[in-house]
Amino acid sequence: MRTISQQELYSAVADLVIKANFNLPDHVYQALCTMHATEQKPLAKETIHILIQNTRIAAQKHIPLCQDCGAVIVFLQIGTGVIIDGNPIDVIHNAVADTYKKYYLRPSIVQDPLFERKNTGTNTPAFVHTDIVPGNSVTITVYLKGGGSENMTSLKMFTPTAKIEEIIDYIVTAVQQAGPNPCPPLFLGIGIGGTADVAMLNAKKAVLQKEPHPQKEYRALEEEILQRCNQTGIGPLGFGGTHTVGIVRIKEAPTHIATLPVALNLNCHSLRYRSIVI
Amino acid sequence: MKTINIQTPLSTDILQHLTAGDFITISGTIYTARDRAHKTIAELVAQQKPLPIDFTNTVIYYAGPSPTPPGLPVGAIGPTTSYRMDAYTDIMLSLGVRMFIGKGWRSQAVKQLLVTHKAVYCATFGGAAAYLAQCVVDAQIVGFEEFGPEAIYKLTVEKFPVIVINDIYGGDLYADVQ
Repeated sequence: MRTISQQELYSAVADLVIKANFNLPDHVYQALCTMHATEQKPLAKETIHILIQNTRIAAQKHIPLCQDCGAVIVFLQIGTGVIIDGNPIDVIHNAVADTYKKYYLRPSIVQDPLFERKNTGTNTPAFVHTDIVPGNSVTITVYLKGGGSENMTSLKMFTPTAKIEEIIDYIVTAVQQAGPNPCPPLFLGIGIGGTADVAMLNAKKAVLQKEPHPQKEYRALEEEILQRCNQTGIGPLGFGGTHTVGIVRIKEAPTHIATLPVALNLNCHSLRYRSIVI
Repeated sequence: MKTINIQTPLSTDILQHLTAGDFITISGTIYTARDRAHKTIAELVAQQKPLPIDFTNTVIYYAGPSPTPPGLPVGAIGPTTSYRMDAYTDIMLSLGVRMFIGKGWRSQAVKQLLVTHKAVYCATFGGAAAYLAQCVVDAQIVGFEEFGPEAIYKLTVEKFPVIVINDIYGGDLYADVQ
């Protein structure tokens, strides 16, 4: 068995939090540049130009990409050949709390959701999801999700005989109803199958996949949803234009004979995440 | 792009020249207020208690900045989603607010109120918080300091960019594009 020290985990998480807050991933930046090059409407083009300038200022001046520095979502894929020294959840929380304070990142988490709603002041707890996988390494992903786009999340339990067209209509309608609220151009993560909770989690994981789906039917569906969403006219930040959605990613899972859950994760244009294998 | 620069304090004369879809820049003073500030203002008004500032002819920016790093006037400061403040817009208009800046849909009731009170709703560039921070030259907390990022900040801005969404004539950019 290989042992990973608390310090190693702490440093990795802290580094991912910093990078995610100040530097847009390359492929997300490239997606913005491609949309800028192909957008026809002047205001939409200028809007994407401002979003691109924002990424440069954030990186150069160390100002967060967004004032909403997000809920911190952490995906841990822990190899069966690895032991993490101590409680990894405590280490993650310490790394998040220290880094948010040190780098002037906005704490946006309240302890009680309904009554007191008092800010914890540390942006913790982070929301940690753990998978056990083969191997002797740990993959850590830090994903920052803003409240404005999270509020546009949607889940629908279809019946198994639902037509693909009905599912596409549901997704396009959700994007239309969200309109300008989640800060388009969106990165759309779609979880299909599993149970309701699994579909929702897969919608989160899906949006972090760099490549289109490996299976051609799903890949074609991603492409069709993208094209349909971009016919809505909503455009960048809802000011009108052809780029309402930048990327669509689907992650499917086995499901019950009676169910067909479809979950939507509408991520804003500022898709902030970073991964590392330790 | 062609932009119109306007200066605060706002007057009806300025507002009647603004049309849905215009790209304008604002120079002068604007105030932040988001969820908790609105809720508290409504409570203070109901209890007839004093408010932290005079809202007459003001611009309200729905925003909660990230903490101010050393050497800068303010941290990242993009807009938050406006519909959460819809329930309080009537009160804010009655207090004299002439312009709101945020992002996203407003309710039909708010759009009607804007026409009635001859006030304007603008959106700024959501998620461009580092970019927008470059347009803020000074930031001072003037109310509800204990709310942290949800405090009321008095911002001195220089050519702060916004798009007119709802003008005083009932024009609606978001509705026009879909």
